[in-house]
Amino acid sequence: MVAVKRQDENPPPRLEMRGIHKRFGATIALDEVTFSILQGEVHALVGENGAGKSTLMKILSGAHTADAGEMKLDGRPYLPQSPLDGRLQGVAMIYQELSLAPHLTVEENIMLGVEPVLHGFILHKEMRETAMRAIEKFDHPELKPQVRVRELTVGAQQLVEIGRSLAIGCRVLVFDEPTSSLSQKDIQRLFEIIRSLKKQGISIIYISHFLEEVQEIADRVTVLRDSTVVGSKRTAEISTDEIVHMMVGREVADLYPRSKRKAGETVLEIKNLSGVKKPANANLALHRGEVLGICGLVGAGRTELLRIIFGLDEVKGGEIKIGIYTGAGSPLQRWQNGTGMLSENRKEEGLALNMSVADNVTLSRLQNFGPAGIVLPKKQEEATQDWIDRLDIRCRNAAQPVGDLSGGNQQKVAFARLLQHDVDVFLLDEPTRGIDVAAKAKLYAVIDELASGSGNFSSSPRAVLVVSSYLPELLGICDRIAVMARGNLSEAKPVAEVD
Amino acid sequence: MKNWNWLNKFGPLLALLLVYLFFAAFNSKMTTLPAMEAMILQTVIVAISAIGMTLVIISGGIDLSAGSIIAFGSVVVALCIVTFNLPPVVAAFCGVFAGMLCGFLNGFLITRIKLVPFIVTLGSLLLVRGLAKGFAGSMPVNAGETWLSELLATLPAGQKWQLIPPGAWLMIFLAVLVAGLLRYTKIGRHIFAIGSNEQTARLCGVAVERAKLIVYSVAGAFSGLAGLMLMSYQEQGDPTGAVGLELDVIAAVVIGGGSLSGGEGSIFGSLIGAMIMTVIRTGCQLNGWAPWVTQIVTGIVIVMAVTVDRLRHRNNHQ
Repeated sequence: MVAVKRQDENPPPRLEMRGIHKRFGATIALDEVTFSILQGEVHALVGENGAGKSTLMKILSGAHTADAGEMKLDGRPYLPQSPLDGRLQGVAMIYQELSLAPHLTVEENIMLGVEPVLHGFILHKEMRETAMRAIEKFDHPELKPQVRVRELTVGAQQLVEIGRSLAIGCRVLVFDEPTSSLSQKDIQRLFEIIRSLKKQGISIIYISHFLEEVQEIADRVTVLRDSTVVGSKRTAEISTDEIVHMMVGREVADLYPRSKRKAGETVLEIKNLSGVKKPANANLALHRGEVLGICGLVGAGRTELLRIIFGLDEVKGGEIKIGIYTGAGSPLQRWQNGTGMLSENRKEEGLALNMSVADNVTLSRLQNFGPAGIVLPKKQEEATQDWIDRLDIRCRNAAQPVGDLSGGNQQKVAFARLLQHDVDVFLLDEPTRGIDVAAKAKLYAVIDELASGSGNFSSSPRAVLVVSSYLPELLGICDRIAVMARGNLSEAKPVAEVD
Repeated sequence: MKNWNWLNKFGPLLALLLVYLFFAAFNSKMTTLPAMEAMILQTVIVAISAIGMTLVIISGGIDLSAGSIIAFGSVVVALCIVTFNLPPVVAAFCGVFAGMLCGFLNGFLITRIKLVPFIVTLGSLLLVRGLAKGFAGSMPVNAGETWLSELLATLPAGQKWQLIPPGAWLMIFLAVLVAGLLRYTKIGRHIFAIGSNEQTARLCGVAVERAKLIVYSVAGAFSGLAGLMLMSYQEQGDPTGAVGLELDVIAAVVIGGGSLSGGEGSIFGSLIGAMIMTVIRTGCQLNGWAPWVTQIVTGIVIVMAVTVDRLRHRNNHQ
């Protein structure tokens, strides 16, 4: 575990990734990416969804193998065969979804897989001491070796995860959106721990959407866009606005077109709406001809709000009014009321991946595709071809399985379902998650046309409710924005008044 | 990709041809008309049940109770004729209806109590088998000679123009009907969607529970009908018959391109799958090979079919 001592003035970077290439089928995920981190450095990695951050980190951790390029850890070749191999060599990922065994205790989790054994028997004393050493520095009141992990708060669980990596001597820690489900207090505690890890010479790669946090904690920031590195700067020398500009890669005004919109009658109104856990007492009115955004952290209850409105989750209390229809309803009724929903999770919920593009686009309304209720695949494909052309969906034809397409094109297919159904109210959950900039620009333009009732996609204004974690996007496309925090929805403010 | 699509469609048919030619090369008896007719007779029971099983497997489920329902169906038909003196046609419908009720029970437990299909149908495998034995007093119920016996019997000399027995014609008719419903109706597309991704189906307003209830009920009805065929073939209601036959039925669907993860499968593929297994069995018998050889060969074919299925998936989802 002891690094080779070197006498020269400039030690080699702790970790170096050079000329990394990766393709998935026809999609280039990483193109000539170079990234390095020094000992005791906090290096932020930022970029829009789909820019290649997670692929790069998967290659670093050993979950994927690069098609080309080389990696060095402390000057020696580093070729992890699997995430476990990567950890043992000194590179550990701290994921958003924690990978702890909830029924085991803190010490058992920390030592899982590396238990000290003699003739197959666990040496409990040694195990406890090593675990204690790993967590005592955190100085967290909840952290005790004997407590079961499921009884801890998310913040404390995260520390167990960090402790686990330190116990096996990891020198590079990768934090993937570590603060998205933490309270403000836990975030500050985490930052202090990161600073102390830094002093011990541990290198930290910090991935986050929250650029303010990046400015606060990171020494350097590298921006990825469209599968390649656009720049690497010291955080002291660059402003948040400049980082955004590097991420988006074009003038923000070009990306978010804005036609003349005129708010009309209320089409969706919720009063004191509560779900089983979240949200609590939400109030909201969505008008025809406007785009209303809901921002907030992952897990704040935004997705739940949309799901409850759409009838996918249970209503605990309150009232939903869509058009002239009041009350809770099933997704089928919502579609019939002229409301459509785009899922945040394209692969698991949004699309049936091994069915054709045509089946996916027409699934919510298999009507008028033949005489007497018969559904003719040819008619489904004809109707779908129209959307393929208008949304510029790249596919062989409408009969191709949607799983073959790239993320951006898949998302267009999911969106086309709402257009084909001709809904009035669009509920969009993270509509641009994990897609390329060109596909984003297209969706933004379509959303604008829908709200304004001009152009190709709509002859009359529609209403759009959009949830996103990415504030610049909401500022770009919305007329009003409300904030969801821990299940509470704020009042919607006009975009000009949001800072 | 293009090559794979081609293989998807005609792979099972090609496999049937290869297996048949293989055995025909060994033994010229395979090519005689009586042998062919016998093979069709032996396929009908599994094939009819496989029509329903295909729907279940496409929807992402499984029905382990098929064999028991077949036995139960045969007992119900025989009892209706012998004990209740019902006309054969009514007895036949009772058998199908009894199968449907069993299927409905499966569907009810799966959709309302939200239990896993594997567990539910494992339970009803025992439950329905027990019912069949209880109703029949653990003895075969001799139904005697009615026109039902002709459904699945070798055609008499004067009726060879029919080519295959009426039961086989019924199987073909139902296969065409169900294949058409699957491809060209809303409920058919919904069944595929549920198997492909249940969450997507729900998001798109598909009444998932109702569709599953229909699927399991229909599967039960087809197994009940297969039970009628068993009764016709053996001229008795057999409470201990068709033990383990659900595995043949599932194998037929899988060989025919059905995916146990749902969303894929075809009625014609399943029929061909059932034929392949019969050809192997008959071929081995005609060559005088021991039953254990038959089992080994069948086992290899099933594993090969699933391997092809897996390769296909790897190709589709990069």
